[in-house]
Amino acid sequence: MQNLIDGIVRAIQLLFQGDPEVVRITLLSLKVSGVATLISILIGLPLGTFLALVKFRSRQFWISLINTGMALPPVVVGLVVSIFLWRSGPLGALKLIYTPAAIVIAQVLISFPLAAGLTISSLQQLDPRLRVQLLGLGASKFQMILSLWKEARLALVAALIAAFGSVISEVGASMMVGGNLKGSTRVLTTAIVLETSRGEFASAIALSIILLGLAFLVNFALTTLQQRRK
Amino acid sequence: MTSLLEIHDLLVKADQTVILDLTELVVEKDEVLVVVGPNGAGKSTLLQVVAGLKKYSSGSVKFKDAPDLTDLAYRRKISTVYQSPLLLSGTVESNIGQGLKFRGIPEKEIRRRVEYWMEQLHISHLAKRRSGSLSGGEAQRVSLARAFCLETELILMDEPFSALDTPTQLELLRDLREIFSRTNQTCIYVTHDLEEGLAIGDRVAVLFKGHLHQLDSVSHVFSHPNTPEVAAFVGVENIIPGKVEKQLEDLVQVRANGSLFDVVSDLTPGKPVFICLRPEDITLYNIPEEVKPSSARNRLHCRVTQLINQGPLTRVLLEAGFNLTALVTRPSAKEMGLEVGKEVIAVFKSTAIHLIESSTELRN
Repeated sequence: MQNLIDGIVRAIQLLFQGDPEVVRITLLSLKVSGVATLISILIGLPLGTFLALVKFRSRQFWISLINTGMALPPVVVGLVVSIFLWRSGPLGALKLIYTPAAIVIAQVLISFPLAAGLTISSLQQLDPRLRVQLLGLGASKFQMILSLWKEARLALVAALIAAFGSVISEVGASMMVGGNLKGSTRVLTTAIVLETSRGEFASAIALSIILLGLAFLVNFALTTLQQRRK
Repeated sequence: MTSLLEIHDLLVKADQTVILDLTELVVEKDEVLVVVGPNGAGKSTLLQVVAGLKKYSSGSVKFKDAPDLTDLAYRRKISTVYQSPLLLSGTVESNIGQGLKFRGIPEKEIRRRVEYWMEQLHISHLAKRRSGSLSGGEAQRVSLARAFCLETELILMDEPFSALDTPTQLELLRDLREIFSRTNQTCIYVTHDLEEGLAIGDRVAVLFKGHLHQLDSVSHVFSHPNTPEVAAFVGVENIIPGKVEKQLEDLVQVRANGSLFDVVSDLTPGKPVFICLRPEDITLYNIPEEVKPSSARNRLHCRVTQLINQGPLTRVLLEAGFNLTALVTRPSAKEMGLEVGKEVIAVFKSTAIHLIESSTELRN
């Protein structure tokens, strides 16, 4: 119990003191996960839209694959990305292992199936006749898709929230491909793991509060966007 | 009259099943062409083809000078109204202006047209309402306004009122007919409800199982159906196969199931035909009473097999060597003492019968 109280007191101190290391870790977490989420949406939204709207022979297979990807364990992703980015790996020449870029790559692989899968389900929830109606009103294919996105915006923002949530809270892959290097690839989750392993519960709790606060703020902003009428 | 849309030798298949097989169908400018037929007749498929939303196996569909039906420029020359209004989220006015926005029409013009058509469809007071809060009738008015405000050369309507309750349906039908009469809007109006079609159409195309059975003025289809299927669809309940036996002066005699019918027709003897007789054109008499001499030339001895009360009327099912249905008022049925097993005389005029030439020879 004392640990918890100490942790909260320490967290308040850290927050108000503006500890440069904590600020740096927080900003890096936000940056890495933000960029990963953005890339996931840029891949997942068009891919999900394509799979939701276009019928072709192997569509069911691809949708199943995406759905499986939604439950991909981060450590497995970490392992695969590590193998590829390892100095002697196929992409070793890029020298990305233990860099923030490696974390972004791993996080994109974790979150884009979520973005794609939730896009598929949100568009498939719309009345299928709506597409015919939009085309009948003279919409171009692109205008039709924009209108469908607009109609499904509540569910699409939920996809964005889920994608961000999956990466900001993820630790396994970040640890494996980022290495938790101080001043370079240490993010909130990996720092919490480190502090806990050192027995520095107060710092770990402080960082956890910051992580939760950050997740709440981003989700609050997205939820406000989602619930805004028109 | 100039034609707006010409369909020739159109064949639409799904897998190997023929859904639509039309030799010719021409839609004239300024007309409301009603396409009627039961479920599975291919009506909605026809509309989808014309809308450029369904591919066809062979044939040609030409809309004036449009080279390709799936072309966006062509699709923007037509607008559609479906059974379900399928409104987007947002306000009524934003929904009505949606098609114009797709076309990149300036905001000022959009506002002008939206206001005008909201007024025409009596929904100006709903302008700021959200689409989700509308009743079925209101939503369908929005859907109509959305289609009309595009001011396209052709509007396609697919059972627009079939999901509405009867009073709302009648009200909308009345308003729509008024708009058609004022605007000279060309429209293909699909319905399975013949009465709705009769109320709104200039011409009627009757489809069965993907084939066009008849294309005529509304009144002509009603009075002169040209196949037994069309006859049944327009309410002819007595369709009896027979053969022209004799030609009399201005009349022919048709033999059917052992009885002879006098019919006003110029068909030549030997022709297999269907005798079409509406139940309301049959007058019943009790047998002990002498049937007074009248101009009605056809009299049949029948036996009542069933009585079905339908509001103020009674449908009388009769057996005369073949089944016959007559329609009498309930007081008449009561006064005549009609009951199952009673023998009566059915009388009808030779002009009440419409003959349809049969393409198949009767076996005997």
